[in-house]
Amino acid sequence: MVSIALEQLGAQYGKHKVLADVTTDVLKAGSMTAVIGPNAAGKSTLFKRIAGLISGAGLVHLSDTEKGSETICYMPQDTGANAVLTVYESILLAAKQGSGWKVHDRELREIDHILAALKIEALAFKGLGELSGGQRQLVSIAQALIRKPEVLLMDEPTSALDLFRQVEVLGFMKNLAAQSGHTVMIALHDLNHALRYCDQTIVIADGSMIASGPTHDVISEVLLRDIYRVEARIENCSKGRPMVIVDGAVV
Amino acid sequence: MVAIIAENPAHTGQAAYRMLVLRRTVLIALLVAGLFLSVSVDMALGPANYSLSEVLATLFSPFAATDQLRVVIWDIRMPIALMALTVGASLSVAGAQMQTILANPLASPFTLGISAAAGFGAALALVGGVAVFPLATQFMVPINAFLMAMLAALFIHFASTMRGVAVETIVLLGIALVFTFNALLSLLEYLASEQALAAVVFWTMGSLTKATWPKVAITAAIVIVVMPLFARRAWALTALRLGEDKAASLGINVRRLRLETMMTVSLLAAIPVSFVGTIGFIGLVGPHIARMLVGEDQRFFLPASALCGALLLSATSVVSKTLIPGAMLPIGVMTALVGVPFFFVLIFTHRKKSW
Repeated sequence: MVSIALEQLGAQYGKHKVLADVTTDVLKAGSMTAVIGPNAAGKSTLFKRIAGLISGAGLVHLSDTEKGSETICYMPQDTGANAVLTVYESILLAAKQGSGWKVHDRELREIDHILAALKIEALAFKGLGELSGGQRQLVSIAQALIRKPEVLLMDEPTSALDLFRQVEVLGFMKNLAAQSGHTVMIALHDLNHALRYCDQTIVIADGSMIASGPTHDVISEVLLRDIYRVEARIENCSKGRPMVIVDGAVV
Repeated sequence: MVAIIAENPAHTGQAAYRMLVLRRTVLIALLVAGLFLSVSVDMALGPANYSLSEVLATLFSPFAATDQLRVVIWDIRMPIALMALTVGASLSVAGAQMQTILANPLASPFTLGISAAAGFGAALALVGGVAVFPLATQFMVPINAFLMAMLAALFIHFASTMRGVAVETIVLLGIALVFTFNALLSLLEYLASEQALAAVVFWTMGSLTKATWPKVAITAAIVIVVMPLFARRAWALTALRLGEDKAASLGINVRRLRLETMMTVSLLAAIPVSFVGTIGFIGLVGPHIARMLVGEDQRFFLPASALCGALLLSATSVVSKTLIPGAMLPIGVMTALVGVPFFFVLIFTHRKKSW
């Protein structure tokens, strides 16, 4: 199990800084952290920087110092809709990077397990190009899980899913974190999902970290007005859970 | 695996995957058989027609055959038939990897301007006697063609590494190169003597009759050296088709993989063109046919692309000999005429999405 902490993390493309000074407390193994913020705030950049895909200032601390960035898996938004590959092949492909041609039965059994856990067995031999956006996101999650990461960075994994699938996938990820000790960071637009499923929340806007901490402390009416430019209330629903109710845009 | 996915599903996927692999292996074996047949027929045809059994007997026991048959098959026809095979395989694999790394179905040595650059290089030698590489003037035409083709490939590569240049832009740049080199070629043709003009026109039509054993050996050596390089990167190259970000997230150094592949592909595309002239269709369509047959897992796609390209060019060589008895039509002219109807049939009968 691997916990993660970010220290003054920044990112840049060439000389152009796109992210600066992201510092968090320790994000514990088994926890789920939401990364929220307006469009183009820098959420994907933060994930790429944590995964070591782009360079920049600062440090990513892992609790298990012997493990490197290979224990971190970033799941991007793009899903290769043009590739002439079946879903099964695309998951196998994720598992086989860096290894030989031979495909072992053990590897195929693991794919079968993951497909069953995500309830997408029926898609196994469909082409990637035949899938809906939501189905492709589920395949992307399967591609991430097959690599057995301990830190999962998921970039808007529910953005193209219907409501049922959103709840199902987020519930699955929450259980995965709680039962298997994965550290999950997830970029979300739906703040109610963040309130319901995520222990911590990091807020990014204009390439800077605005806030970080327990989700219920971070998501506030002030934040919604200042960062999202909406008038909103946070009220408890009949089941006692806090919910964001948006009244309208800030005039 | 993690506790939450430790259920025990029926392993139907595993069995179905093994079946898929078997089907693809059989398809590749059929392509090998088809290629062997096509090459044999190619060697049987010519001014003196031989039966297939005579050709096969001469192939497997050359010293049991008559001197005439042995010389015709081994010294005259086999270099041409094998040149069709190796050039077809080279161009098709080059096209397949260009399409893979540029994520564009239109990428091929022809559409990216590499063939046009080679044509211009050859014309420089044929018309003006200008050697791009001043030594080895007896090989001025192929060396000029090769160097210009490499230059075009390098231009395409470095343009593709520039920040902000999308892969779609690369194909547009390639098309711009095609127009540029074709314009320069036309200018040379306009200035050329009648004799040089005929030589340039003949060269740009592409012809296998220039094949010799050393040329076959060089082209085959490139394919034999390059294929294992691509095979070693099969999983990474396949992953590129999932998108740049996804490939990077799987631990692939995308930039380096693209650079290495483009450099290798440049060799694959430039050498055959410098020997046999412009052959346009194979590098574009060979990979598409392979993709329709076996998908894009490079473990199957790579050999299938090589075999489809080789089979297409070999079959075209057969047709070019039989269309007008006694005459061998230029192969570059025939490839599209033979391949396009076949390609149309595949497109309209193939129901699955293939790009």
